[in-house]
Amino acid sequence: MSTVQRAVDKVEDIEIGLLLEGLYRVHGFDFRDYSRASIKRRIYELLRAEKLDTVSAFQSKILHDNACLERFLLGVSVHATSMFRDPSFYLTFRKRVVPLLRTYPTVQIWIAGCSTGEEVYSLAILLEEERLYGKCRIYATDISQAVLRRARDGIFPLAAMRDYTSNYHQAGGAHEFSDYYTAQYDHVIFSSALRKNVVFSEHNLATDGSFNEFQVILCRNVMIYFNKDLQARVHNLLYDSLSMFGVFGLGNKESLKFTPRETLYEHLNEKDKLYRKVA
Amino acid sequence: MASEIVVVGTSTGGLKALQTLLSGLTADFRLPVVIVQHRGSTSENGLCEFLAQSSRLPVTEPEDKEPVMSGRAYLAPRDYHLLIENGSFALSVDPAVAYARPSIDVLFECVADEYGEKAIGVILTGANNDGARGLAKISSQGGVTLVENPETAASHEMPRAALAQTRADWVLPLEEIAPCLNKLVSAVAVHYGS
Repeated sequence: MSTVQRAVDKVEDIEIGLLLEGLYRVHGFDFRDYSRASIKRRIYELLRAEKLDTVSAFQSKILHDNACLERFLLGVSVHATSMFRDPSFYLTFRKRVVPLLRTYPTVQIWIAGCSTGEEVYSLAILLEEERLYGKCRIYATDISQAVLRRARDGIFPLAAMRDYTSNYHQAGGAHEFSDYYTAQYDHVIFSSALRKNVVFSEHNLATDGSFNEFQVILCRNVMIYFNKDLQARVHNLLYDSLSMFGVFGLGNKESLKFTPRETLYEHLNEKDKLYRKVA
Repeated sequence: MASEIVVVGTSTGGLKALQTLLSGLTADFRLPVVIVQHRGSTSENGLCEFLAQSSRLPVTEPEDKEPVMSGRAYLAPRDYHLLIENGSFALSVDPAVAYARPSIDVLFECVADEYGEKAIGVILTGANNDGARGLAKISSQGGVTLVENPETAASHEMPRAALAQTRADWVLPLEEIAPCLNKLVSAVAVHYGS
């Protein structure tokens, strides 16, 4: 590798560090402990979309232009997930978690890092079918207002419904999936009844604290974007927010292994990354 | 410069090609081999076990933050991008890149960044141009590049697209790729020992 190329790369890394530091100091959004490999990729995609050439130019625009800041936050918080992603997770949730939830008079649920809401609607449908929805309150949080607006709207591309329908049935869904939405042109809008007990709200896992005690916390494919230090901090936060014997769900390639709270949970099902707080 | 990692990208025809590649690597192959095979987002698992049958190296799908270990083969899990950071795997659910998740470009570009001239990039059979940009980046960072000969590849588009952007160090028929990797890796080891 030429020394010139190496120097250019190093400048890029310094610029990214400065951008993240500036964003934190000026706006309080803390991406400094995000996984650098992923966020670097995102930053470059976003700056190309802004038709800029350097991270430094992007930094200047983010710090001085609120619309640009909002686009940045949306860009780094939209995760391309799907409804009933990993159907076996939801199937296990039906079989193992639902019976536990029946024993509570009310159930507080936190979906931490809900992005555009696919998981929120999936869980609401599941709870509705199990006749539990009425006593549940779902707190769906994310860092970006724009992303929460989308989640609240509950509008998804029609083209995705084929995969979602198949996921839904694999996840133990026994109804017509299309009963839950109304199609219009190339989009569908999900029934507002599914949002009745959902509170969408801004919360930043990197900087905000606990705000309630929950019987269920799902934080799937969110911490993969964090480095090990931030992961450890967030594991502590989620643990502290979960009631004793509460249920904790992760993405299917995430693990409690090597986290500070590993020994304080038991597996409900190892493959589907569903845990129960036992200590 | 001693190489530290091998990354492999393939799509159509990849299963057979990966079997040939993995079965040809020696049991004492000392680098991690990280593979992106394009796969459907909803198809069930089993690919990993299937490949493990023809490999002397253990083949697993990494979990997030799992350390990258030498002498092991890793298969990018379906419906995630696979990246590497500070010697550990990092996953992402960013949107598909050119319809692919996992994307070969995402892994290769990240590895080029992370390992520079210590990366070896391999492009095998495939019916699209994913990997071309990533291989070019590995090359520009001084890494070693191998491409399956498009003339004899099951599907020629992917090797051809890679060669259009990169003057690969080696263009070889499939059967000769594992022996070449064995030699590249052990040659450096011998050189280091002396």
